[in-house]
Amino acid sequence: MVAKLRNSYGSGIEPLTYAGQNYMVVDRSLIPEILQVLRNQEQFDYCVDITAVHYPKREKQFDVLWILYSYPRNERIRVTTQIRDGESIPSSVPIWTGANWLEREVYDMFGIKFDGHPDMKRILLPDGWKGHPLRKDYGILQQDNEWVQINLGIESGQ
Amino acid sequence: MTDQNSSLSHLDLETPEKPFLDANELVINMGPQHPATHGVLRVILRLDGEKVLGLECVIGYLHRGVEKIGEHRTYTMFNPYVDRMDYVAAVSNGLGYCETVEKLLNVEAPPRAQYVRVILTELNRIASHQLWLGTHALDIGAITPLFYTFRDREEILKIYEKYCGARLTTHAFRIGGLQYETYAGFEKDVKNFLDFFRPKIDEYEELLTTNRIWVERTKNVGNISAQDCIALGVTGPVLRASGVKWDLRKAQPYANYKSFDFDIPIGQNGDTYDRYLVRMGEMRQSVRIVQQAVNALPEGPIMAKVPKVMKPAVGEVYHSIEAPKGELGYFIVSDGSTQPYRVRVRPPSFVNLQALDVMCRGQLVADVIAVIGTLDIVLGEVDR
Repeated sequence: MVAKLRNSYGSGIEPLTYAGQNYMVVDRSLIPEILQVLRNQEQFDYCVDITAVHYPKREKQFDVLWILYSYPRNERIRVTTQIRDGESIPSSVPIWTGANWLEREVYDMFGIKFDGHPDMKRILLPDGWKGHPLRKDYGILQQDNEWVQINLGIESGQ
Repeated sequence: MTDQNSSLSHLDLETPEKPFLDANELVINMGPQHPATHGVLRVILRLDGEKVLGLECVIGYLHRGVEKIGEHRTYTMFNPYVDRMDYVAAVSNGLGYCETVEKLLNVEAPPRAQYVRVILTELNRIASHQLWLGTHALDIGAITPLFYTFRDREEILKIYEKYCGARLTTHAFRIGGLQYETYAGFEKDVKNFLDFFRPKIDEYEELLTTNRIWVERTKNVGNISAQDCIALGVTGPVLRASGVKWDLRKAQPYANYKSFDFDIPIGQNGDTYDRYLVRMGEMRQSVRIVQQAVNALPEGPIMAKVPKVMKPAVGEVYHSIEAPKGELGYFIVSDGSTQPYRVRVRPPSFVNLQALDVMCRGQLVADVIAVIGTLDIVLGEVDR
């Protein structure tokens, strides 16, 4: 299957395997297309998870990944792409409806915006919160002290 | 105040040309403190009289930053945090995490550990479904099943307490196997429990399955089709009640589920009544699995050879299990040090809760309560 995709898209796709699990590193420019192909032709109809990893020392700091599963083929695959800080990614909500909250959480925790998302706002943290906690430069005990003071009326949560 | 306005901003309250509210539309807040929302869940309902036109869930009241904490603890230290997410089915969470790290370390738990893990996990499934049944029936108005299920659940919690010392957040498993050998009398206790419990499922069914009020309150309430389930990523009993015969224990077996013989109960209509029947069926199948496991429990070591200081090789692994609520997945990225670089928990309740909007359109307000109950969400898992 990957061979077929490589034939169509050339070197933008790199297939890898680790611990028996297959995953593809895909160029950001190919992203909405590859996901469409995976869903429509290759029957990966269930979007298990969308998440991101932050590598602050790399030039392309964020690794955004989709974990997909195909019911008819009983197969799981991961699609990874790398983007810079501040870059945004086209939303996969038109492809899988369930991507809605998953992408909101990635935005909430990392600050990665998804273009075309119907409701791009924070989901787990309060709406006025500043900062994106799962980034590596956000301290483990750090909080948005301003929000805490205004809304909870205490100096800090510590 | 600013907080509230921004979360209602999609309702367009600032535009002067549009009417403030639609002539018949009423926006009501089912606030975070509510006896029937199974935790701190806020639902903003848009109603036309009593009919629901749409709703929006506001979550995050129980967000504790578990994924961030995971990056600052070693693999063994993170194990207890995992129980606290889905605190109702803590043993399953532990199983998922331990198996994922075992995949990273490339070790496998020895057979005796696998059998005990299956026994404890399936007992946990029964306990979780019992709690679900009690609270779901209570939300709808049937008060008796709550007492019955909680009383019977005590037996399972007693087994956990004798085994690992805790009833709720058990921390039962370790990476590589188990820490505690099963106590003397463990098998006898489990067998007694199974004999005690089999007629109890029939008792619960007798209270509810053919009860006219129950049927009227749950049939055709919260319908969701199989396609919607798949598109939304919903898994677990909700998916099976819509007719999709899929269970991770059969499709991608983990632990040693391959050696057990069990069925997958499914429903047809995808309504609340079918989800109730599916979960009752799952309890029966769990009893079957535990019976087989406890009859075939082998002797042997309970812990594989795992280094004291765990430094898995650089890489990333995703592994998921069939938790009582759906597909619980762990995606762990290792950078070669003693602490994980990223721990991502894919919570079934979080993804299932998205379906609430689809399931409640056109239903009445009382049905919203029934649907929240039937989705079986635990806010600890939704928010992490």
